[in-house]
Amino acid sequence: MHDRKAITGFPLVVEPLLSTMSKEGKNTRRMPAPFEEYPLDDIKKDMINNDLPLIPDVSEVETVRHFTRLSRLNYGIDDGIYPLGSCTMKYNPKICEEIASRVKDIHPADKKAMVDILRILIDLSKNFEEICGMDASTLWGAAGAHGELTGMLIIKKALETKGEVRSKVLIPDTAHGTNPASCAIAGFNTVQIPSGKNGYLKASTLKDYIDHDVAALMITNPNTLGIFEQEIACIAELIHNNGSYLYMDGANLNAILGTSRPGDMGVDCLHLNLHKTFASPHGGGGPGSGPVLVKRQLSPYLPLPWITPDKKGLYKLKWDSPTSIGRIHSGMGNLAVLLKAFAYILSLGPDGLKEVSRVATLNANYLKARLSKSFDLPYNTPTLHEFVLTDKYQKAHGVTTMDMAKALIEFGIHPPTVYFPLVVNGAIMIEPTETEPLAELKRFADVMETIAIMAKDSPHVFKNMPSTSPVCRLDEVWAARHLILTWNMIESNKKVVVSK
Amino acid sequence: MSFIALNQEGKKEILDTIGIKDEDELFETIPAPLRYKGRLNTQGPLDEESLRARFRFRAHDIVFAGGGIYNHHIPAVVDAIASRQEFYTAYTPYQPEISQGTLQAIFEYQSMMASLTNMYASNASMYDGATALAEAAIMAIRAKGIKKVVVTRATNPAYRAVIKAYLQFNYDIDLQDAPFNNKSGQVDLDLLKDMVSSDTAFFIQQPNFFGIIEPMDEISQIVKMAGFWGIIVTEAISLGLLRPPGTFGPDVVVGEAQSFGNPPNAGGPLLGFFCTTKEYIRRMPGRIVGLSKDSSGRKAFCLTLATREQHIRREKATSNICSNQGLCALRAAIYLSAIGPKGLRNIAIQCASGARSLMKLIKGKGIDVIFSGPIFNEFVARVDDARIKALEENGILPGIRIEDLYPEIPDGILITVTEMNTKKDLKCMIERL
Amino acid sequence: MNFPANLKYTKNHEWARVNGNKVTVGITDYAQSELGDIVYVEFNDKGTDVKQDGIFGTVESVKAVSELYAPVTGTIVEVNNALEDTPELINTDCYGNAWMIVIEMKDTSELDNLMDSKKYEDYVSSEAK
Repeated sequence: MHDRKAITGFPLVVEPLLSTMSKEGKNTRRMPAPFEEYPLDDIKKDMINNDLPLIPDVSEVETVRHFTRLSRLNYGIDDGIYPLGSCTMKYNPKICEEIASRVKDIHPADKKAMVDILRILIDLSKNFEEICGMDASTLWGAAGAHGELTGMLIIKKALETKGEVRSKVLIPDTAHGTNPASCAIAGFNTVQIPSGKNGYLKASTLKDYIDHDVAALMITNPNTLGIFEQEIACIAELIHNNGSYLYMDGANLNAILGTSRPGDMGVDCLHLNLHKTFASPHGGGGPGSGPVLVKRQLSPYLPLPWITPDKKGLYKLKWDSPTSIGRIHSGMGNLAVLLKAFAYILSLGPDGLKEVSRVATLNANYLKARLSKSFDLPYNTPTLHEFVLTDKYQKAHGVTTMDMAKALIEFGIHPPTVYFPLVVNGAIMIEPTETEPLAELKRFADVMETIAIMAKDSPHVFKNMPSTSPVCRLDEVWAARHLILTWNMIESNKKVVVSK
Repeated sequence: MSFIALNQEGKKEILDTIGIKDEDELFETIPAPLRYKGRLNTQGPLDEESLRARFRFRAHDIVFAGGGIYNHHIPAVVDAIASRQEFYTAYTPYQPEISQGTLQAIFEYQSMMASLTNMYASNASMYDGATALAEAAIMAIRAKGIKKVVVTRATNPAYRAVIKAYLQFNYDIDLQDAPFNNKSGQVDLDLLKDMVSSDTAFFIQQPNFFGIIEPMDEISQIVKMAGFWGIIVTEAISLGLLRPPGTFGPDVVVGEAQSFGNPPNAGGPLLGFFCTTKEYIRRMPGRIVGLSKDSSGRKAFCLTLATREQHIRREKATSNICSNQGLCALRAAIYLSAIGPKGLRNIAIQCASGARSLMKLIKGKGIDVIFSGPIFNEFVARVDDARIKALEENGILPGIRIEDLYPEIPDGILITVTEMNTKKDLKCMIERL
Repeated sequence: MNFPANLKYTKNHEWARVNGNKVTVGITDYAQSELGDIVYVEFNDKGTDVKQDGIFGTVESVKAVSELYAPVTGTIVEVNNALEDTPELINTDCYGNAWMIVIEMKDTSELDNLMDSKKYEDYVSSEAK
């Protein structure tokens, strides 16, 4: 076995758990103490914790080294290409972080500061509406799925207001799992419709599923195969003629930024993913941000608070409305992420935004042109910012998509999205984004081609990969059977826990 | 600035590789009427200095606002470590071999949250305390056939609004407020007795929105008959002083942990947390990190219990949540590690002491402090608009107006003190009252 | 792949062993191999009623979850609680110790709706395509 390396190339030792470093009295930090201590004897004794809180007692150096060492076991976008399909892992500009940090100490009840912040949020909303060809918006969705839920609540409320009871939402089989899950919370049933052999939804297919119980069609455009929904205009007409709404999942907006607008396609409601299209970092899972945009007829139902101007033209928050679906967040959504997105939009300007979709599409098609020589391409339909390959050729030699993903790690590259969308067996879904330099695209394509050759010539080597990464392949079955989720559970499961 | 690295020469090479003459050909797959022909009427482009000039904010100098979002000391190490790109720019840890940093840090966050709340397990985070509460209600409804959800009226009104929005189309769920006692500000125990039964899920904020510590021992006896009950904590610093909520036997402890190393951010990102008992771990919303081992037997971590989640169970998932507040959870983990058990205890005592100090000064001015119950670090006083305006003109934000939220408390203002305030702040406020 | 001749089969890949009016139920070799390593099972309580093709529980691997469907209508009179701690038995001994529930049957004519081993084997090979 090779030496294990951190992403930075350092050899590694296993980083112990923080809890094992704890020893009473090691943390000597002086905390701010502006006030004389009160006895606090007005609080009943049985409400006070007699013991100190049970968290580790470690020195500052140990804290810094522990988390710094952990960070070196991670791969980030600043390390290299991160071609996760439908995740749009583009470079996160540093200036956007700096801009967002300007609001960090502001309390949302501070009206003096909020006047300026609200004016900026209104500007941001207008920019989003222009980019998408929509009429109104809310910024309070904290992530894509939160935006979806908000959108479906808006649609439910609009139907209810019209006195209509419709229970079904149609969702193509290429959709993200969040789509049906969000519908379920909003009180809808979902019906899956096949996208067919060309990889996009046919209006003729949709016809078979339409009836008066259909509240909405939820569609991702371009879809998760990277294919533009070519019959979208016709689909929108069918949906509208049925009195239903067209919802668009904006996860793949990067492909059409400045090139095509959801509003022009007939979309009634969509959410954006600012942590995808608008370059805010993922932070290892969040915070994201999921603004929701609507056409005029759905604007009365947008969640509270609304940002409205007073007589002097100063922006204020409006907290009540008889038509709104109500509040979806206790604060102001992920406001700092909104500012990052705005700083990004302002940096790029209108021509820069259009350049995003054009270069994202060029980069993806470059990789597709090169890799479709070595890998199976399940759909012939042209694609935009991402495309899907399969492991069909490699599987003949016993090498699967998972094996190839792990081999990429061995070569120091983050794998693409794998086994999604579900309609493609052994899917490898690649989205390079516009910010990858050509040299990095070439490095990725070279490695993929090497892997295709290895699959033919030495398929046996894959099973041991990755061997030089911080850890080798994980035993997820062991994890699921033991369910050890905290330090305490490690203590009570000492017999089974590995010591290495 | 466009952050794109492609020059003309590179573009030509790409076009040649694809085998086309013009990039427009790539977009022919979009029907012509849907190709946008105009130039977007968006703002920019701006250079970095112009951007900096555009985003400048003025705030009050002295702030006594809390109500679920707090300004606390954040050790320098939190920003220094959390801003490392390896944490900051990584995606969700779907490839555990190159995500052990995020995975172990989140495992440690889960461990500390479970420990501080004295619950069996914690998930990897939720959007905020309010959505964590709404998800807890949904979990209770699905797991226990709950028909009635009761939330104390002294629970943060924003949380009550969010739970209402989430449940609005669950037509068979009856959502009710449990009233507070006008004198103590605590939940009215007599009325509560008649509100809970086996088909009820009950939720109570501790300390409550008025900053008052609820008599949890008595409450836990009453709500034993509820089908499900939970404690909401919106000021996580209180976990450094008060008895852990889990010791009272709730099914969930949910709430807001923004106070742990995350700044107020003008309202977000916040950090929702969700802790529960062993009985409910398969019904929890959100991601969970578990201990595993790799093929050579080394300690390693991975996402687990994924079969609850939307990407596998789709419309039958326990929740729709995908992206969470991972980086905020990481900050909480670093924060707790940096301040340690004594630090957390001391901060809690400082908050409680500072609030008492200000309360005493305010009472000395003849101003009404409305409730008699014991407080943590917030309290409600009666201050009229003219006085508030005078304070604000002097750069002092005295608290949050709650009259619109509680019409029964005219001129009510929620005043919060943390360790970020000073004796001088208190003096300035009192002098101008 | 093993398809014991003395069992009846459902199209959802459960097997049924008939003994008088009692029917022992489990999942087939094909089902366990499709699911992969099984990490969790959950069954409806003893004493509850199930309908033919109604759900009586779930079975989970790391990356998949599958509902369990009753081959006949009746009352669950026994549940194999041992599987809760050792779900891996389903992968190693699906027709033996990894039986799941016993149903006291209401209507024996429902058995006619199930497949015999030959028919099930054909059904599996057509589904695998």
